[in-house]
Amino acid sequence: MSVTVYVPGDSAAIGVGANDTAEAIARIAAERGLSVRLVRNGSRGLFWLEPLVEVVTPEGRIGYGPVEAHEVTSLFDAGFLQGGAHRLRVGPPEAIPYLARQQRLSFRRVGLIDPLSIADYEAHGGGRGLRAALQAQPADLVEEVTKSGLRGRGGAAFPAGIKWKTVLNARAEQKYVVCNADEGDSGTFSDRMILEGDPFTLIEGMAIAGVAVGATEGYVYLRSEYPHAERILTAAMQTAEAAGYLGADLLGSGRSFRLHLRRGAGAYICGEETAMLESLEGKRGMVRPKPPIPALSGLWGRPTLIHNVMTLAAVPTIIDQGGAHYAGFGAGRSRGTLPFQLAGNLKQGGLVEVPFGVTLRELLYDFGGGSASGRPLRAVQVGGPLGAFLPESKFDTPLDYEAFAAAGGMVGHGGIVAFDDTVDMARMARYAMEFCAIESCGKCTPCRIGSTRGVEVIDRVIQGRQRAENLALLKDLCDTLSNASLCAMGGLTPSPVLSALTHFPEDFQRPPVPGAPARASRTIRRH
Amino acid sequence: MESRPPARPPHPKPGSPQDPLATIDSVIEANRSLGGALLPMLHGIQDALGHVPPAAVPRLAEALNLSQAEVHGVLSFYHDFRTSPPGRHILRLCRAEACQAMGCEALETHLGQRHGLGFHETTPDGAVTLEPVYCLGNCACAPSVMVDGEVRGRVTSEKLDRWIGGFRPAGGGAR
Repeated sequence: MSVTVYVPGDSAAIGVGANDTAEAIARIAAERGLSVRLVRNGSRGLFWLEPLVEVVTPEGRIGYGPVEAHEVTSLFDAGFLQGGAHRLRVGPPEAIPYLARQQRLSFRRVGLIDPLSIADYEAHGGGRGLRAALQAQPADLVEEVTKSGLRGRGGAAFPAGIKWKTVLNARAEQKYVVCNADEGDSGTFSDRMILEGDPFTLIEGMAIAGVAVGATEGYVYLRSEYPHAERILTAAMQTAEAAGYLGADLLGSGRSFRLHLRRGAGAYICGEETAMLESLEGKRGMVRPKPPIPALSGLWGRPTLIHNVMTLAAVPTIIDQGGAHYAGFGAGRSRGTLPFQLAGNLKQGGLVEVPFGVTLRELLYDFGGGSASGRPLRAVQVGGPLGAFLPESKFDTPLDYEAFAAAGGMVGHGGIVAFDDTVDMARMARYAMEFCAIESCGKCTPCRIGSTRGVEVIDRVIQGRQRAENLALLKDLCDTLSNASLCAMGGLTPSPVLSALTHFPEDFQRPPVPGAPARASRTIRRH
Repeated sequence: MESRPPARPPHPKPGSPQDPLATIDSVIEANRSLGGALLPMLHGIQDALGHVPPAAVPRLAEALNLSQAEVHGVLSFYHDFRTSPPGRHILRLCRAEACQAMGCEALETHLGQRHGLGFHETTPDGAVTLEPVYCLGNCACAPSVMVDGEVRGRVTSEKLDRWIGGFRPAGGGAR
């Protein structure tokens, strides 16, 4: 009898050798005359255990990790196909506290199923949302999403129900659903994990959104840095179309929803929704002034429902189980769960889907296990490159949109990057300005010019030149960026800069480093 | 244990019979019916040729009823597109915060000192081009690089030396 073995096909797992591990398992099984069925699942999101190999036994799935290719022979010798004892055996993955303490709604199938098997998808509850949606009235679907309290997971946290209602009520011959899969924030990878580990969830969520707001065309704008996700999503879209989840006749209902995949081209700003629309239209990714809002005048001037991957991935659960069920999780006005992503200098980096309200400290220590380097954690950046740096004194702030904002932070897309005490916060502040200079679309002056001036001013501070004057100038510049930029790129770049200055002022008073750093000119390229 | 060869060479081998202009025209033709076709066309050309040759600009402008300035504006806006051929292999080193927290700056310094490679530079033998990238979505396994389109995590300077050495068989890794 054939034994089923799971080896993740997630790009992070592949990046630490999962393909070699899978090949070794297939080869050694063949040599020993053992019948093995290899499934390339998504990642469970316990990245310190990747490649995490799982074997299906009569007692359930048993995990081993991290399994590099050279360990595979010893796994066979230990009888891992029967769940045998081995140094790398971690037992049933669901029992690992890191997973056991999560409440996975959007991620409930990721790592469990074959991402490209519709049968697997449906066996684990997939498809019920779309089936229910096709029986329902559009207004009822919008009501359900409103009731769920779902807010935009891309970072802005705008109530999804209001957007849906606006697009539903807009009159136009053509409306669109656009999925923003331009996951550019450092420290974030939840979109990528869904795309690679359970792409049908996104597809189903988009189809439901299309049915609800009356859009028959959808686009996924996927960043070019995710070629593996592109391959998997492309295959998934073909399978979904054959199974009736996409196309001219959704599950035999006569309703239509066609989905198109477009690749970005390495511009962070295209994660801003209006720049993304410009890019989809084949133009430079320049930010559009609002109003008009995209819900009324979006792609090619038509009403367009734009959501992040994680927002759309939450939709099937909400429609299947009801908005009230989803709203039953969370804290304050932040309802449901958020897949947090633990990254940077942490022992146990990974994906943690829990209800809003968890504290930073729980995530960093109970899940993350503290720093990877063994040194004290000194600063944490939450919400991507435009998010504030927070010191240890803020670690007990609950992560819900409002409470975290009150503490000067931004939950954003849920990325959490930890730094140990070797970090130089003046350099981090400089990098924030440099990143803005590299990625600014150039449309508005504060962002285009201010970011480059910001790098120069921080350089002078680091070099010890007229520190007090230059720090005053820096604050003034940040004030201009905050208040006069067209979009969040320029508007929020001051957030990491000023938080570094506020919480870590000593780093701006270190002994001068004459001449250094002077790397900006090598990375800033003119548009 | 990263022993596998690179999966996607960035451009065709020298001596490939492909005529660049014919390739450009066929990419334009294949994408002509798409809305917002310019980006898919630019990607198609670069996927096939490794870069977007200047000769593509007037052809794209003609096909899409745009001015050459508009095509140039799009081509030069996006970090991905390049207008001259890169090295035979492309190494993209992530510079973003999560990788900084795990020492990507030391890797950048190492590439400069040991291999003479700075960002946007190619080794003199044309073997390797180094580019910066801002997040590969591999932030729990930092520091990360992309080698010919494949993400690699938990990168060390030794691994970089091994890959670059493999790409530069004649002269060895150092100079």
